[in-house]
Amino acid sequence: MLDTQKPPRKKWWTPPFDPRFPNQNQTRNCYQNFLDYQRCVKTMSRRGKNSEPCEYYFRVYTSLCPTSWVQHWNEQIKDGTFAGKI
Amino acid sequence: MAAPAQLGLQNAASPIMEELIAFHDHALMIIFLISSLVLYIISLMLTTKLTHTSTMNAQEIEMIWTILPAMILIMIALPSLRILYMTDEFNKPYLTLKAIGHQWYWSYEYSDYEDLAFDSYIMPTYFLEPGEFRLLEVDNRTTLPMEADIRVLISSQDVLHSWAVPSLGVKTDAIPGRLNQAMVASMRPGLYYGQCSEICGSNHSFMPIVLEFIYFQDFEVWASYLYIV
Ligand SMILES: [Cu+2]
Repeated sequence: MLDTQKPPRKKWWTPPFDPRFPNQNQTRNCYQNFLDYQRCVKTMSRRGKNSEPCEYYFRVYTSLCPTSWVQHWNEQIKDGTFAGKI
Repeated sequence: MAAPAQLGLQNAASPIMEELIAFHDHALMIIFLISSLVLYIISLMLTTKLTHTSTMNAQEIEMIWTILPAMILIMIALPSLRILYMTDEFNKPYLTLKAIGHQWYWSYEYSDYEDLAFDSYIMPTYFLEPGEFRLLEVDNRTTLPMEADIRVLISSQDVLHSWAVPSLGVKTDAIPGRLNQAMVASMRPGLYYGQCSEICGSNHSFMPIVLEFIYFQDFEVWASYLYIV
């Protein structure tokens, strides 16, 4: 159902082609950008800087990763059981 | 969309399917030529009274029936590889769509549009309106803009599925823990039907795919204001 009473959703840019991942398999593309985002945020907060430059990674991984994966990884990070090196 | 008693492929809605149909006809033509030649020779050999059992060292015919089939195989392989790499070809996508297989429905995520995501279940037969297709309609159609390159990322939440839309020339396995990328584009507005194409359990036949291609401006409105209630 179209509900024009509510404010419209924002349209973000979609991730462009990434020459690191030229193949059909994009699993790593999603994971690497998720990892890069976490690292970026960590580095920025350690330096006491604004994490706004990390937004790029956030956009890419939210567009590429299934939301269930992201939820799962975020839970793992919270529990300290995430396998990636952040 | 398939028609009753249809023998050939479905009409193409994308350039890649156009290529696939041309290749299919090309390969079929070669197969017909070879089959008729073989049938002709078989009938000749069965009807002749002559025998010829002592031929040795017939180098000419050996050369011909080695090289000719090799050339025919190359004539099939080269266009086949060309299309294989064309399907992998990746332009700048306008939109990213995620299609995730479940037992037994597809769910779609348009993460370029914040939280736009929904499940797409089969329409039960008793809900169908006149003119709708049994076992092919869904409750929430996957709406997409026409004449735009769309990146579809296909995955699965449980077992293997396969996301296929014949008139667009896509069929990509949905594999748990893996993201497969396919490019989709339609040159025409309309509805395109597909079905899960990897046997995935008891309701494998009841998880169809419906893509609804509409004009770009209409798609923007749809994506901005759709709320599943
Ligand atoms: Cu399935």
